[in-house]
Amino acid sequence: MRLLTHNMLSSNIKGVINGFPLGIVVEKVIEKPVEMNPDFLKNMFAKIEWKALVDASRSMGYTELPEQADSSMLDSVDFLQRFHHALLELHLEEGALVCPETGRKFPVNKGIPNMLLHEDEV
Amino acid sequence: MKLKQLEGLLGNLQQFSNPKVELEQYPTGPHIASRMLYTAENSFGDVGDRVVADFGCGCGTLGIAAALLGAEHVVGVDVDSQSLEIASANAEELEVELNLVQCDLGNLDFRGQIVDTVIMNPPFGTRKKGVDMEFLRVALAVASQAVYSLHKTSTREHVKRAALRDFNASSAEVLCELRYDVPHLYKFHKKKEVDIAVDLWRFVPRGA
Repeated sequence: MRLLTHNMLSSNIKGVINGFPLGIVVEKVIEKPVEMNPDFLKNMFAKIEWKALVDASRSMGYTELPEQADSSMLDSVDFLQRFHHALLELHLEEGALVCPETGRKFPVNKGIPNMLLHEDEV
Repeated sequence: MKLKQLEGLLGNLQQFSNPKVELEQYPTGPHIASRMLYTAENSFGDVGDRVVADFGCGCGTLGIAAALLGAEHVVGVDVDSQSLEIASANAEELEVELNLVQCDLGNLDFRGQIVDTVIMNPPFGTRKKGVDMEFLRVALAVASQAVYSLHKTSTREHVKRAALRDFNASSAEVLCELRYDVPHLYKFHKKKEVDIAVDLWRFVPRGA
């Protein structure tokens, strides 16, 4: 699971108000290189929650993203490469996503998060 | 990539080994899947460089087709873990990246406007009434550009009304009518194979 997917997911347990962003428990991270698409990154920058991406990438052991970012940084190839790596090349292969309100863990196996809810959570 | 080439690649994908009738698991054939994604890309530019979600992805045929046509990020969502395992193996086989999430569509909440295009072959709602419209409701809430979906031709007026009136679509258009081959998968199927008329729809969410 890429961190772009992480940036879209939230805890949907009944009664949870702020289910975003999900915490990350890491057991295994893998990296899969893909070609960088600067226009795509510029478009995504406006849509994603930057802080959630920074925190998620740090959980995954990648500390090269700046705490704060603004759109002027998109002119820097160096910045784009870091952003690209964090957003699309890091994958959570084994571990869990954690609801920020309740601490409930959603397991991630073979890269697939299980977001199914129990009967009393719907 | 040419249409025939896409169809050929999709024809190699592994399909459901033990289809679950309650989930209406019918494979999306390579003929329909390739035409659906080819149209979305070549007529509307809704696939290449986009974020695409495949709802009720099953064995991943539509999502993999999107990835083959140059989608930048593809997320497949399904409730069934066995299907997701097959989807994952299929993506690996064709060397494309497919992010998968196990979730009940009714509880799915994708944040923000990150997904551009939703593609789906939802359950037709013959076993669980209304499930097809539930998929459409969620798809139109998540997509920021377009939704492509297959629905029985016999439900055309109902689908159009629901999309425009209840789910806030700004347009709902039938792109073409296709024949959907439903192979003999389940015991209650009396005939060897039936083909039913389905519409390929393109919906545009308001604000796109």
